[in-house]
Amino acid sequence: MSGSNELSRRDFIKVTTGIVGGLIGAAIGLPTISYLIDPALQEGGKDVWVSIGKFEDMQVGVPYPFSFTRVQVNGWERTSNSFGGYALRRSDDPKDLLILNSRCTHLACSVNWSEEAQAYLCPCHDAKFGIEGQVLDGPPPRPLDVYNEFRLSADGLVEIFSKAG
Amino acid sequence: MWKKVYEWLDERLGLNDMYTNLLDRPEPTGNWWNTLGSASLFLFVMQGLTGIFLTVYYTPSPDHAYDSVQYIMEGVAFGWLIRGIHHWGATLMVLVVFIHMLRVFFTASFKYPRELTWLIGIGLLLMTLGMGFTGYLLPWNQRAFWATTVGTQIAGSVPFVGEFILKALRGGPDLSALTLQRFFSAHIWMLPALLAGLIGIHLYLIIKHGESHFPSKED
Ligand code: HEM
Ligand code: FES
Repeated sequence: MSGSNELSRRDFIKVTTGIVGGLIGAAIGLPTISYLIDPALQEGGKDVWVSIGKFEDMQVGVPYPFSFTRVQVNGWERTSNSFGGYALRRSDDPKDLLILNSRCTHLACSVNWSEEAQAYLCPCHDAKFGIEGQVLDGPPPRPLDVYNEFRLSADGLVEIFSKAG
Repeated sequence: MWKKVYEWLDERLGLNDMYTNLLDRPEPTGNWWNTLGSASLFLFVMQGLTGIFLTVYYTPSPDHAYDSVQYIMEGVAFGWLIRGIHHWGATLMVLVVFIHMLRVFFTASFKYPRELTWLIGIGLLLMTLGMGFTGYLLPWNQRAFWATTVGTQIAGSVPFVGEFILKALRGGPDLSALTLQRFFSAHIWMLPALLAGLIGIHLYLIIKHGESHFPSKED
């Protein structure tokens, strides 16, 4: 048996063990890599159009409050985030809208429109923003953020584009 | 080139000696029953690897344990495979370790000089059962919860110290977040560490004494 070109029993077992081991390793190892990197391959939250109210309900010159929540799912955990703002119709033209985010640009409290003051007031550190979002008083470093992407749907709803998250 | 590297390493690490002593050591003629110890070792390594991978997503908290297992099964690529291997491997491991013990018993391999190998083997069986018991609670579903309630109650029926054992296992009088956390700790740290240590001694003894001969008619 030995001395010939034929595989000895021992070598046969070594080779078979190697091959079978390699196959088992690959069959489990490759899926494992996919398992480990899976979250990195998932898309994050989606960008969506959110309706904030009827165009006809908004009065020219009066800020119209709106709010919405978005839910983000990370694995087995869900987080809901609330968003809010004010839509200001400047004229009859549906393109002539100013949609402000009510998140204070100082430390992210929510500002509220005050009829008396004719300004957005922040309860946290007394910031004051004008009707167009410009800083009138207080610590904020910049004007209120603006939702630039909006549209009017066929049934008369104003929709804004909300980015992932 | 590779040969040189290998020789350099071999001179310092004794790779060839290791190979002959560990893998090429003489064995008495046996049969397939003699492979069950190696099968147990293989399953232990598999459980260890798949278990480590499970901890990437599993969360041992009453709020999230169930959902995280659900997420492993449905949300993650091949999560069902990793958990499936761990789940069935657990049952298989208990079975294989037990049959391994039966074969050692029936071939009378526990006699001098292998009494210690046998004793450590009993420890290994108990630890393996402990792994099954602690792991069973982790998915935190109804079955897991009640199995552990009953299991710890049985341990609590020991005379005199039963009450104490029950509280020590549960981390209090009732099943709670503390129970889940200590079972998790036992399942992934304490028991595997003990198991690995005992397996090391078990294997050392097997290599030191060589495997026992199959009993002949006269024995
Ligand atoms: C180093 C070794 C190990 C680690 C790190 C580990 C880790 C884990 C983890 C994180 C879980 C929870 C996920 C799940 O329930 O599917 C689990 C479950 C489980 N483990 Fe382990 N494990 C190890 C070894 C073992 C061994 C040796 C056994 C048994 C003989 C075992 C038996 C179980 C059982 C029965 C479950 C419950 C499975 C189920 O119902 O889904 N584990 N293990
Ligand atoms: S957060 Fe609004 S003023 Fe500080």
